[in-house]
Amino acid sequence: MSIQLKKIILLTVVMLGLCALFLTYGLPTNWAYSFERRSYKVFAIGMVSCAVAYSSIVFQTLTHNRILTPSVMGFEAVYLLFQTVIVFMYGDKTFSVISAKENFFLSIVFMLGFAFILFKLIFKKENHNLYLLLLIGLVLETLFHTISSFLQLILDPNDFLILQGTLYASFNAINYDLIWYALVVLLGCFGIGLTQFRYLDVIGLGKAHAVNLGVPYFKKVRLHLFLIAALVAVSTALVGPIIFLGVLVTNLTYEMFKTYKHHILIPACCLVCFISILGAQFLVEHLFSFNIVISVIINFIGGLYFIYLLLKTRTL
Amino acid sequence: MRLFLLLIALFVLSVLSLFVGIKSISIVDILHWTSEDWMILTLSRLPRTLAVLLTGIGISICGLIMQQMTQNKFVSPTTAGTLEAAKLGILGAIVCIPQYGALYKLIFAFLVTFIASVIFLKIADRIRHKSIIFIPVLGLLFGGVIKSITTFFAFQFNIVQDTETWLIGDFSGVLQGNYEVIFICLPIVIITYLYANKFTVVGMGESFSKNLGLDYRGVLLIGLLCISLTVSAIAVTIGTIPFLGLIIPNVVSLLYGDNLRKTLPYTAVIGALFVLVCDLLGRLIIYPFEVPIGMMVGLIGGLVFLILLIRKR
Repeated sequence: MSIQLKKIILLTVVMLGLCALFLTYGLPTNWAYSFERRSYKVFAIGMVSCAVAYSSIVFQTLTHNRILTPSVMGFEAVYLLFQTVIVFMYGDKTFSVISAKENFFLSIVFMLGFAFILFKLIFKKENHNLYLLLLIGLVLETLFHTISSFLQLILDPNDFLILQGTLYASFNAINYDLIWYALVVLLGCFGIGLTQFRYLDVIGLGKAHAVNLGVPYFKKVRLHLFLIAALVAVSTALVGPIIFLGVLVTNLTYEMFKTYKHHILIPACCLVCFISILGAQFLVEHLFSFNIVISVIINFIGGLYFIYLLLKTRTL
Repeated sequence: MRLFLLLIALFVLSVLSLFVGIKSISIVDILHWTSEDWMILTLSRLPRTLAVLLTGIGISICGLIMQQMTQNKFVSPTTAGTLEAAKLGILGAIVCIPQYGALYKLIFAFLVTFIASVIFLKIADRIRHKSIIFIPVLGLLFGGVIKSITTFFAFQFNIVQDTETWLIGDFSGVLQGNYEVIFICLPIVIITYLYANKFTVVGMGESFSKNLGLDYRGVLLIGLLCISLTVSAIAVTIGTIPFLGLIIPNVVSLLYGDNLRKTLPYTAVIGALFVLVCDLLGRLIIYPFEVPIGMMVGLIGGLVFLILLIRKR
C-alpha cells in the first residue's frame, strides 16, 4: 500500500468521524427531525466540497499556478448580478414568476455563457494568455458588482429583503429544494471529468509539452473551463460565494500529497475541503453559537494563508 | 487637446457644477440672490466642487506614481489593495477610538495603507518579470484578503451590516468644515512633480537606481508616503472610487506619451475633468436623487479598462 493511499484512507476516517460527530452531537430527545436536517446539511456540504475542490485543482493545473482559483474569474459576480436583475424586474412577484429550479438552471446557463464569451474573447487570437483572461474576469467582476450595487440602490427596500437571502447565503440557509438538481449537474460534470485525469496530468507539464505529446490542448482547456463554470455555479447557487476556500484547500492538499497525479489530488482535495467546511461549521454552531458567518471565517483564514503563500514562494 | 482648452473646459464645468442641485439657483439673478442662496453656495456647492476636483487630481496622480514605481501600466490603488487597506484603517479607527474625529481616522487609514503598500511592493518586486498581467491580478486578490479581514472584524464588533456597499465614494455629504482634510492632495501633487523622474528610476529596480546614484529607499519612502496619504485622505472624506487611478494615467499615456514631466499636468486636469463629468451625470440621472460617484466611475472606468486591455493584446 502506497503512502498516498494511506493518507487518503486516514483523511476518509477523519471525515467519517467528523460526520458522525456533526450528526449526533447534542441531539434532542425527539431526534428524528434534527437528524434529517443535519443529514441534508452534511450532504450539501459534501457536494459543495467536491465542486470547489475539483474546479480549483483543475483551474490551477490549466493556469499553472497554485494561488488563483475560479472565484477570481467573476463567475460569482455573474450569479449575483443575475439574481439582482431578476428581483429588480419582478420585485415581490419574483417567486411566482420564476421557481427555484428555473432560477438555478438559468444561473448555470448564464455562467456557462459568461465562460464561453470570455473564452471567445481571449482565445480568438493565437497567442492566448490565460492571465489576460483572469484580469478581464476580475475587471468584469468589479463591473458586475458595481451594476448590482447600483440596482440594489434603487431597489424598493421590501424587494431588497427578497434579494438579501440569495446574496448572503451560508451553510445555515442551504437551498434544500436545489439539492437533487445540483446533484445531477455535479454527477454529470464528474462523469465527464473522471475520464480526463490523464490529459490533466500532461497539461500540467505546460502547453508546449502537452501539444508535443499529442494532447488536443485547445479543446481540453475549453472543456475544462466549462466544467469549472458549471461546478462553480452549483456551489454558488447552494451556499453563496466563498472566495478564499479554493486557495486554502488546494494548497493544503499539495502540502500533504506531493504529487502531480490528478487521480490522487482530486479525491484528496475533496476530502480536505469537506473536513475544512464541516469542521468550521461545527465550530460555528457549537462554539460561536451561530454568532459568526462561516464564509467570513474561511475567507479570513484562507486570506491570511494566501498572503503567506505569496511571500513564501519565489516562483509563482 | 491643448492644456489651455482643457483648463477652460474644467473651469466652465466647475461653474456649472455650482448651479446643479435640488435648490435651483440661477446665475443670471446674481444681483437678487438672497442670503440663503449665498449660504447654500458657500457651505455646500463650492466645497463639493472643490472636493470633486481635488479627488480627481489626487487619485489620478497616485495611480501615475504607482505605475511608475512598479513599471506596470495596470497598477493603481484599486489593483494593489490600497483602497481596501484604507477601509480597514477607517474601520480600526471606528472600533478603537469612536469618539475622535476625521483626523484620527486619517492617521489610522494612513498607517494601514502604508503597511499594505510596502507588502504589495515587495510582492510586485519579486514577480515583476513574470507577466505584466499577473501583478494586477495578485493586487486585486491582495485587496480581497484585506477585505476579508475587514469583514471578519466588522462581524466581530457588529458594526457593519454590509461591507459591500460600505464607503462607496459619495460627494453628497461634503459640507464646509467636514472635508478640509482633502487639501493634503495639493502639496503631494507638487512633490510628485519634483520627484517625477526619480519615481521612474526607482521603478527600474534597486541596483539600477543605486548605479545612477539615487537614494533608492528614500525615494521609495516618499512615493509610498504620497500614495498612502492621498488615498487615505480621500477615503476618509469621500469614500473609495474604483478604477480612477488606473484609467486616467493610461488614457493620458495613450494621448500624450510617457514623458512624465510633460504629462503630469494633463493627468491632473483630465482626472479632475473626468470626475467632474461623472459627478454631474450622477446628479442628473435619477434626479432629484443621486448616483454615488463610486458607482459612476466604477461603471465607466471598468468599461474603459476592459477596452484598454482588449486593445493591448
